[in-house]
Amino acid sequence: MGRVIVTGETAAHVAERTARASYGRLVALLAAPAGDLQLAEDTLAHAFEQALTTWPRDGVPDNPEGWLLTVARNRQRDLWKSAAHRRNQPLEAATDAVEPLNDLEPDRIPDRRLALLFVCAHPAIAAGVRTPLMLQAVLGFDAAQIARAFAVPAGTMSQRLVRAKRRIRDAGIPFVVPGRQAMPERLPPVLEAVYGCYALAFSERGEGTSVAGEARYLAVTIAGLLGDAPEAWALAALLTLASARATTPGDRYLPLQDQDPGEWDRDLIAEGESYLRLAERPGQAPGRFQLEAAIQAVHCDRARSGATDWDTLCTLYTALVAIAPSLGSRVAYAAVLGRTRSPQMGLSVLEALPVERERFQPYHAAHGDLLARLGRHEDAVAAYTRASMLSTDPAVRTFLERRAEELSR
Amino acid sequence: MRYMLLFHYGEASEESIGAEAMAAGMRAMASYAATLEQAGILVSGQVLRPSISSTTLTLVDGEPRIQDGPFADTKEQLGGVIVIDVPDLDAALEWARQAPPLAWGAVEVRPGAVHIEGGTWVASS
Repeated sequence: MGRVIVTGETAAHVAERTARASYGRLVALLAAPAGDLQLAEDTLAHAFEQALTTWPRDGVPDNPEGWLLTVARNRQRDLWKSAAHRRNQPLEAATDAVEPLNDLEPDRIPDRRLALLFVCAHPAIAAGVRTPLMLQAVLGFDAAQIARAFAVPAGTMSQRLVRAKRRIRDAGIPFVVPGRQAMPERLPPVLEAVYGCYALAFSERGEGTSVAGEARYLAVTIAGLLGDAPEAWALAALLTLASARATTPGDRYLPLQDQDPGEWDRDLIAEGESYLRLAERPGQAPGRFQLEAAIQAVHCDRARSGATDWDTLCTLYTALVAIAPSLGSRVAYAAVLGRTRSPQMGLSVLEALPVERERFQPYHAAHGDLLARLGRHEDAVAAYTRASMLSTDPAVRTFLERRAEELSR
Repeated sequence: MRYMLLFHYGEASEESIGAEAMAAGMRAMASYAATLEQAGILVSGQVLRPSISSTTLTLVDGEPRIQDGPFADTKEQLGGVIVIDVPDLDAALEWARQAPPLAWGAVEVRPGAVHIEGGTWVASS
């Protein structure tokens, strides 16, 4: 009972919506008992296939998530018992370790995604594969999509993911949320990897919007589940405020200063600001994400005040480069210095950057801007040209080429 | 799960580091062993003599060839191992963090697959 007969299309739609909403939750539950992510993903994929064949025929169950969990769990149990599975693990019979799955109430599915996130960003997992693992295990992106976003061949990416998952199982990485004591060490890599999911949006316009949206949702989820981690709220604020400005259609690029604040999403700005307030710890030094979110908030505030508070930006960037001196933060700092103090000051910060700057597109774009302000048009054209050559985004490339062209006249 | 902690460090002698440092290292190792024993997780432990006293066998044309010296000719050598039985990697890493040899080099934490019990191989997890 409790079933609604629906058409195939609707069943597929429900399956898809359930997939998006609960993929990570179900993977986390299925993988935890034996630490086997691959098996969890395979059995869940099988459950979704079952759903797509039976739901259109028999109706969508009241509790689609519970239905999927039960089917995947039974499948997992069959595999554990089957000789095929034991062949792969010659000396390991199915152990009692699988029993916790029996206690799961399909009607009350606990949220173990947080533990799964800490597994994906465990210090024993190579830093470069943490974000891809999250994209796959928690958000359900397939290896081909992730490979495109990271600009590596699909085969290479699947191999990396398979290896990482095998490592989680064989090294015995536990599916638990670390205790308070370990949190300061264990939380930053999780936040970094989620931030990495968001940053992908800038390299992938097509898939980018959905990746960005999912990353923002993850950040808000982490902050909510942890409750009192200031940097987690700060990351939620940062990604929410950045999303609020990501309203420009993808075919044209406008630098922040030329964007019309009227087009930004005011609800998201308000939401982001409320997260930023939750991140505040009076008397405590702000963390990296708190400073970055505050910088976003200053930019978003132009929608209200009509002007950008450059002095505050300068203060925030000074603090940011002191605690997180990445190429990105130092280039942004140079640009703000160039605007608030003098182009020459910005230039001296840029020219002190390490040699990696040569392959960093934002460096050349900022360099071009500062050189142009100093009237060194020829050098500026060279910098803009270099920046456009390094841009993967056609809209950004067009913008930079136009800047170079204007200066050549 | 069983984990082996492998201690790799540049080899030192009493002549090179002094009697006091040597004695301090031994005291630290003694108290580490007592701690592991008290926690009820110690399976076994073995500190090795310097690699200069090692002898390595290889097959050359089907014949065993005996050579003096260790298998790997590196600055850091395997200096000792400890096997512990703990629930997961996080617990093993926590014990590895407290191992005195961490001050002298690297501690490798490796999960066990199988071990011998009563003359047969059994799963270590």
